[in-house]
Amino acid sequence: MERTSGAARSPLSGLTALTDLFASPLRTSHYLELVNPLWTTHKLQARVVSVWDETASARTLTLRPGRNWRSHRAGQHVRLGVPVGGMHHTRTYSISSPPERDDECITITVKAMPGGRVSQHLVRNVAPGSYLPLGLPQGDFMLPDAVPMRPLFVTAGSGITPIASMLRSYAARGKLPDVVHLHYAPHPYDVIFGAELNKLAEDHPRYRLALVYTRELGEANSRQRHFTARQLDDVCPDWRGREAYACGPQGLLAAVETHWQQAGLARRLHIERFHAPWAELPAEVAGGRVRFGRSGLETPTDGRMNLLRVAEDAGLNPPHGCRMGICHSCDTRLVSGCVRDLRTGAVVNEPGHTVQICINAAAGDVELDL
Amino acid sequence: MSFPVRLNEAAVEEFGRELDAIRDEVMDSRGDADRRYILRLIRTQRSLALGGRIVILASLAFLPRWGHVLSGWAWFVPVIALGTLMLGLAKVLENMEIGHNVMHAQWDWMRDPDIQSGTWEWDSVCPSDQWKHSHNVVHHTWTNVVGKDRDVGYGMLRVTEQQRWHPFYLLQPISTVFMALFFEWFIALHDLEINRVLAGKRTLAQIRPMLGRIGRKVATQGLKDYVLWPLLAGPFFLYVLAANAVANVIRNVWSYVIIFCGHFPEGAHYFSAEEVEGEARARWYVRQVLGSCNIDGGRLFHVISGNLSHQIEHHVFPDMPSNRYPEVAPRVRALCARYGLPYNTRSLGRQFGSTTWKIVRLSLPTAAPAAA
Repeated sequence: MERTSGAARSPLSGLTALTDLFASPLRTSHYLELVNPLWTTHKLQARVVSVWDETASARTLTLRPGRNWRSHRAGQHVRLGVPVGGMHHTRTYSISSPPERDDECITITVKAMPGGRVSQHLVRNVAPGSYLPLGLPQGDFMLPDAVPMRPLFVTAGSGITPIASMLRSYAARGKLPDVVHLHYAPHPYDVIFGAELNKLAEDHPRYRLALVYTRELGEANSRQRHFTARQLDDVCPDWRGREAYACGPQGLLAAVETHWQQAGLARRLHIERFHAPWAELPAEVAGGRVRFGRSGLETPTDGRMNLLRVAEDAGLNPPHGCRMGICHSCDTRLVSGCVRDLRTGAVVNEPGHTVQICINAAAGDVELDL
Repeated sequence: MSFPVRLNEAAVEEFGRELDAIRDEVMDSRGDADRRYILRLIRTQRSLALGGRIVILASLAFLPRWGHVLSGWAWFVPVIALGTLMLGLAKVLENMEIGHNVMHAQWDWMRDPDIQSGTWEWDSVCPSDQWKHSHNVVHHTWTNVVGKDRDVGYGMLRVTEQQRWHPFYLLQPISTVFMALFFEWFIALHDLEINRVLAGKRTLAQIRPMLGRIGRKVATQGLKDYVLWPLLAGPFFLYVLAANAVANVIRNVWSYVIIFCGHFPEGAHYFSAEEVEGEARARWYVRQVLGSCNIDGGRLFHVISGNLSHQIEHHVFPDMPSNRYPEVAPRVRALCARYGLPYNTRSLGRQFGSTTWKIVRLSLPTAAPAAA
């Protein structure tokens, strides 16, 4: 499917190479962006076409990706840039629409997490007409092509989204196989795509949906309602003979993984896992180990010495200038962990953030792109 | 230290802490409004650039030779002038309020991959990485330290009595005019430190890679302004070429005027390397205030001067988004008044007048600096 677009692009790309010379030091694409942000080639953006509330706390955004988008496979995810408070945040969301959708749009479904600034912004504030930076579809959480199989889906909460894409894709092609779907949600009204799933189960006897409500009888009983071996045997006695696909919160995935491992069936289990990669913010000055990812060095630090000195003491010679936080010559990318600004005490723990290493110290373990 | 102010160490430290507090407060309040400002500015600037080039090409339809109702010099000249002015203004905005400030990392906090100091390339013959070295590292760290800050006279001019006179400076009333007209070229060659190469302190081999990059940048810039866009006009090549050249000169002269008013007007202080030895952050703040000069003006004036009219605020907070300088300026000024520090701000006419007079005056040998 990509072959055609590649062939069609080559005369055009020859032309843009020429027009880029007229636009230097920018590119033609920067000027096309003035007319329509979806025409750019130097970056990929998507327009928010419409929004739809699935539940009280989950919203589906319909996005129209710009040029250079390529179709996804059911189950894949995308990285989405979300400016909150003027600052770009990147988050990964499963595409919930099937690849068969023919209006060149995709949907993602976001659940507002308590305390999650980005998810709350997407659910509450993002309005149709806004543009968001988008990555290309990624991930290998998908159904194999043209292999007849009997899947078992185990999902919880917004973990339904990649599975929804798969189910919708099956339905669109009219080839729904023998599917068992075990889905967890706090209450009936919290089931994302609830009506659609129930309708699918009514129309297709081969699709067996088991909904488990973990909070329905009150907080006290809820623990017994989470994933157990007995529950699985009840819902899907032949689970050992099925390819299992699981997506949901950390607790569910851990339980499912252990269960399949103990049965010696780990290879038949496919997991899509989204977790927050950032480190805990330490309350006070704390030393740790500094890893310089590119040079493969690692060294301990007391959390007071600036990272430029730490790097130099470790034998590195990173680019630097003023050594006092003015010139930004030493800016380095934070790979993981947490750093503290020695001037203000401000702590940063988001991977990808730029760190002025001459005025920042480690706050716990940290990895830098040096 | 022979600073022109009587402040004890404790007062200097306190002054520094108060500036830090202003900085923290503003930096913590950066948000959506700032992002909207820079995105809108970039959109406006790109529209102006493209629009200006289109108007220049369209002006050719009004040439007298076509013989239609609207043809004639009276139509052609104002239209091509409008296009040229638009393009010149676009270049001014791109270099000053956008390029200069983006490359100061003022907008890195947004983490917008398109607006990052590390990757931004500006519409100037000077490669941005070389400019970032000569400007962010050398000039902003060593501001007004004679012999260290190469922006003190740009290796061409004598702007303080503390620079030893040399017969070469006799030419400076003329050479400064050349600098104004071709400012971007002087900036492009600035980081090569040609005078040190001539003095044998820097070898050709050391500057060769830099020359290569300058060459490539000059080629792409020249190709765009002096070959490709003019070629679109076919036989009227020269009209477009001339318009583009004038737009570049507009940008050169304007940036020269604003930048020269930043550190050269009467009242700006200069320092010796000994004076700044062992200097900590607070004293660096004091030096930035003493060495920088503001220009009074309205909102639009501040935008087209890249907010370098708030040179003092820019020098104490070089990585603060420039759209915030107007709001911190009164606070910095009040703080300076409280600590008895001079805060040099005057109209453009006064600042540029005194700068020009100084350049003329110091072309002649003068006695050692008068006692302050």
